[in-house]
Amino acid sequence: MKNQFVLSVNFQVMDLSLYKVQNLIKAGVIRCQNSLPKVRPKISGLLSLPFLLFITLPLIAIFWRTSLTDLTVHLGQTQVVNAISVSLITSLISTLLSVIFGTPVAYLLARREVAYRQIIDTLIDLPTVLPPAVAGVALLMAFGRRGLVGHWFDDFGIHIAFTQIAVILAQSFVAAPLYIKAATLGFKSINPELEDAAALDGANSWQIFRYITIPLAWAALLSGCVMTWARALGEFGATIIFAGNYPGKTQTMPLAIYLGFELDLSVALTLSVILVGCSFGVLMVVKGLLRHKLEL
Amino acid sequence: MQVSPTPQPVTLTVFAAASLTDAFNEIGRNFEAQNPETKLVFNFAGSQQLAQQLAQGAPADIFASANRKQIDALSQDGGRIISGTARIFARNRLVVIYPHDNPLQLRRLTDLAQPGLKVVLAAKEVPVGQYALDFLDKATQDKNLGAEFKAKVLKNVVSYEENVRSVLTKVALGEGDAGMVYASDISGEAATKVGRIEIPDKLNMVATYPIAPINNHYNSPQAQRFIDYVISAEGQAVLTKYGFISVN
Repeated sequence: MKNQFVLSVNFQVMDLSLYKVQNLIKAGVIRCQNSLPKVRPKISGLLSLPFLLFITLPLIAIFWRTSLTDLTVHLGQTQVVNAISVSLITSLISTLLSVIFGTPVAYLLARREVAYRQIIDTLIDLPTVLPPAVAGVALLMAFGRRGLVGHWFDDFGIHIAFTQIAVILAQSFVAAPLYIKAATLGFKSINPELEDAAALDGANSWQIFRYITIPLAWAALLSGCVMTWARALGEFGATIIFAGNYPGKTQTMPLAIYLGFELDLSVALTLSVILVGCSFGVLMVVKGLLRHKLEL
Repeated sequence: MQVSPTPQPVTLTVFAAASLTDAFNEIGRNFEAQNPETKLVFNFAGSQQLAQQLAQGAPADIFASANRKQIDALSQDGGRIISGTARIFARNRLVVIYPHDNPLQLRRLTDLAQPGLKVVLAAKEVPVGQYALDFLDKATQDKNLGAEFKAKVLKNVVSYEENVRSVLTKVALGEGDAGMVYASDISGEAATKVGRIEIPDKLNMVATYPIAPINNHYNSPQAQRFIDYVISAEGQAVLTKYGFISVN
C-alpha cells in the first residue's frame, strides 16, 4: 500500500470524497499539497509577544540566577542525585503504567458505544481539573493505612503510603488522564472503515490493533506519553500529602526544590535548571519526530 | 503635649509560624476588637518558608518565628529586620504523639525505638524538626534511652514533613504511629485526636519564639502596638490557653 501519488486536489469539486481522501492522506498513502492562499495576519506576531515574553522571562531568570559552579557543586551532592533518580524512576514507571492501563480505556472511549460514555469521559477529566492536593488527600483516604481499601492492603502487609508505590500512584492519578485523552483522539481519528477492511481480509482483533490501529495512531500515543511523563515529573501536591517526604525514597525533584527553596536557594535553582533543561530537550526531540504527523 | 491624629485605617500583615495559627487567630480577633481601625492579615507557614519569602522581598509588617535562627538570618546588615528589635514572646516544648487509639500500645519514650514503628517528623529545615533532632541527640546521653536511641528512631522515620501541622494530621489519621510536635499543637480540639507521651524537662528542647517588626518605613507604630499586645498579659493569656509557655 505504499504507492505514493502526488495529487492536486481542488477541494471544492471533490468534497464528496473528502473524508476518504483525508484518511488516505493520514495513512500515508497520498501526499497532498494544498494550493489555496494562506492568510497570515502580521499583527498576530506582535500580539503574541506579551505572552511569549511572560513564559520565557521566568525561565531565563532561573538560569540567570544560577552559576556554573553552583551547578557542579550541587550535582555531586547525595540529596540532589537522590532526588533526580527518584523522580526519573517514578515518572517513567508512572508513564508506563499509564500506557498499559490507559490504552484500553482510550480505545473503549474511541470505539465502543458505551453507556454513560459522558460520565466516564468526565471522570477521566477530573484528576486533571482537581487541585493536586485534593488528589493527594483522596488517595490517602483510599489507600492510606486506615483507608477505604488501604486497610485491607495493610492487613496483608502491603504498605502503600510513604513508599515509592505511593509516589507512582500519585503521579499516575494526575498524569494518566493526559495520555488517555490524547490516545482517545488518536484512535478516533482512524477511519473505522480501515479496521473493518482489515477484518474482512481475515485479521483478528489483536492483529487489527497491532498492524492498523497502533501504526496509524502512534503519533498521538507518543505525544500523550510525553505529556504524561512531563506531568508526572512535575507532580508535587499529591505526592507530598500521600507519599510524604523522605530523601532517597520519596523525595522527588519538585519536593526537593520546595524544601531547598527554604533552606538553600542554590539547591532549588540547580534542580530547577535541570528540570527545565531536561523537559525542554525531551519536548524538542519528540516534536521533531512528530512534526510530520501532527500539527504541532 | 502631642495631639494624637485621627487613626487611619491600617492593614497589618503578620507572617507567623504554623504552630501559632490558633493562638494568633484569637489574639488577632481580640486586637481588632480593641483597635477597630486596624485590620490584621495573617500568613501562617513554616518559619523557614516565611523567612525565605521575606528575604525575597515579600511585603509584611511583623514576623513571628518559631526559632531565633530565622530572625537572625533576616537581621543581618541591610536585612528586613533591624538588629536588636526582636523580642521573645513565647516558649514551646516538644511532645511525642500517637494516634488516638494507640494500636501499637506506645507508653514510654523507649517505645519509639521499637523496630517497625512508623515515625513522622518535620524536616530539619523546619524549626520543630531541628528541635526534634536536637532532642534525639540529647537522648543518647540518657542512661534509660541509650546511645542507640537516636539511630533507632531515625531508622523508623517514614517522612519528614514540611510543616508541623502536617505531622499532626498524619499521626491523627493513623498513617504514622508516632510523631513529634509542639505541646501547643495538641492543646484544645487536637488533644482529642492524639495521645501524648511527655518528654522530661531535662531532655526536652525549649523552643523560643521571637517576634520582630519588619523594617518597612510605614505602619511602624501600629506594628509595635501589636507586638506589645502579644507580650502583654492579655496576649500571654491566650498563648498559655493554646499550650504555649508564657514569657512573663
